[in-house]
Amino acid sequence: MKLLRDTWLIFQRQAVLQLRQPVWIFVGIFQPVMYLLLFAPLLKPALEGPLGLTTNAEVYRVFVPGMLVLIAIFGGLFQGFGLIAELRAGVIERSRVTPISRLALLLGRSLRDAMTLVVQAVIITVLALFFGLRTNLGDVLLAYLMLALIALMTSAVSYGVALKVRSEDALAPLMNTVAQPVFLLSGILLPISVEYGAPGWLVNVAKVNPFSWAVDGVRALFAGDIGDPKVWQSLVITGALAALAVVWAARSFARTVR
Amino acid sequence: MVARDKVAAVIIETRGLRKSYRSRQGREVKTVEAVRGVDLRVEQGEIFGFLGPNGAGKTTTLRMLATLIDPDGGEATIAGVDLRTDPGEVRRRIGYVAQGGSTWDEVTAREELTLHARMYGLRKPDAQRRATEALAAFQLTEYADRKCKTYSGGQRRRVDIALGIVHEPRVVFLDEPTTGLDPQSRAHMWEEIRRLRTEGMTVFITTHYLEEADALCDRIAIIDYGELVAEGTPASLKREISGEVVTVGLQPAGVERSEARTTSAAEVLDTQPYVRKLETHEADLRLYVDHGATAVPQIMRALEGAQIPLDSIEVHRPSLDDVFLAKTGRSLREE
Ligand SMILES: Nc1ncnc2c1ncn2[C@@H]1O[C@H](COP(=O)(O)OP(=O)(O)O)[C@@H](O)[C@H]1O
Ligand SMILES: [Mg+2]
Repeated sequence: MKLLRDTWLIFQRQAVLQLRQPVWIFVGIFQPVMYLLLFAPLLKPALEGPLGLTTNAEVYRVFVPGMLVLIAIFGGLFQGFGLIAELRAGVIERSRVTPISRLALLLGRSLRDAMTLVVQAVIITVLALFFGLRTNLGDVLLAYLMLALIALMTSAVSYGVALKVRSEDALAPLMNTVAQPVFLLSGILLPISVEYGAPGWLVNVAKVNPFSWAVDGVRALFAGDIGDPKVWQSLVITGALAALAVVWAARSFARTVR
Repeated sequence: MVARDKVAAVIIETRGLRKSYRSRQGREVKTVEAVRGVDLRVEQGEIFGFLGPNGAGKTTTLRMLATLIDPDGGEATIAGVDLRTDPGEVRRRIGYVAQGGSTWDEVTAREELTLHARMYGLRKPDAQRRATEALAAFQLTEYADRKCKTYSGGQRRRVDIALGIVHEPRVVFLDEPTTGLDPQSRAHMWEEIRRLRTEGMTVFITTHYLEEADALCDRIAIIDYGELVAEGTPASLKREISGEVVTVGLQPAGVERSEARTTSAAEVLDTQPYVRKLETHEADLRLYVDHGATAVPQIMRALEGAQIPLDSIEVHRPSLDDVFLAKTGRSLREE
């Protein structure tokens, strides 16, 4: 009960701060829209042969989920910057002298980030409908849950690392270094699969990347394939990792922070 | 019946509190013993001053007492609660105001105070009421709904202190609350801190200003290199340095100082019977004597006899700086 209340307190504060800077909506969807406009048209001719995709609707069902996972990963991983600013202002130390739950300090922030991501994802999905995406609502809602879990995980990791390194100069290269291989090995831009001609070793490496499972799961949902085992498998994997990340980062909030 | 003095309740007691930091300098790992065995007793309802130069270990001690860092050793009881076994309960009973500030630019003082009170478990209407009261008490009502980034340094510092007491704790720790304030804001801050005492709060304040420790605090502890060097009321500490202090200036300021002259003057004066103690301090000599007025002509005569020129001579009652100097051999003023 106390955890819920405390989490709500922090979530509220963080959400209010975000609403006061509405520019994030624009920044958050500008890049995806650029991809939809400038990159997606290249995909249909490129994928027609190997994937046998013939309509725009099909192409977007492959491309939009990947893009949403992409912004969930990157959006989350860079949340730590805000926390470093809060550390510097003394806001974190001030919270830590109160009896507020340490888990709530983390969870309130990460849930705010998950919510932000879902708002972005909804806007992007709606825009993609205009470009020719066709999908059904129920499945997509489950896809949003998966995206929220990804954002929860990546932002928690980012907060945990931020509390350890305490400097933007260290956080930026660290997060980039983690994000690049994770991104390339997740099949976000193009599916990584032997059927589509990917080399076997790359397929195997991608298999151990949880985000690659997540992308497959979200793609299955956008394709209306809710019965695909990839869906529940990816939900379980992402959910478990999100829980681990949250617990780990909350411990950093509880321990010494200068 | 045995007659007894009224014994004031002890609200903070520490025994052997210790903390060291390991910091890396290039390849070397260095250990800094920031606090090395501090024993303190703070009585309920007093303004207790923790005086010491920069780097003495004041902030480290405070952060340990406020549950922000774990001590390496020692124990402490705060408001009746054991720091080691129940830090959560300690948090509920204390307030803490950090040295570096604690407000966020993009929100108002009222929002900060309400949220902070709610973090202590207050319900929303109670938190809002306390916030309004704290704003009024610290003369912040006028700016209460403006974003913190628009405040002056003094206003922002008052918000920090208001945050520390909004939940009406029994003890509040203030880490250098007046550092960086102009003299007028400092005087205001002193008034506000005294008002907290009248409300029955115990105030534990750190400072590196002698005047502040002297004028504001009921009792002080002096810390240097992580160790306590003295403890008592400002008056009793000064009384320990009985008599008066004569400062002998041997050279005008700005002239390159001659070590030889200082040494020979010290040699001459140290053997005088009325000089109880002598300290060399840059180009100055400090002599602890019983009566300044009678010592001055004798000092002048002695120096004249040794043909050592004199620039200035001054008699004063011992200050806390003399206490610090007597205990550590250094002056706090140089910091
Ligand atoms: N996080 C830290 N890591 C390493 N050394 C530290 C750290 N914090 C403080 N110190 C060192 O501990 C000593 C005491 O510091 P501090 O408690 O901040 O002193 P004060 O508040 O009296 O100025 C100083 O030598 C300081 O450099
Ligand atoms: Mg300090």
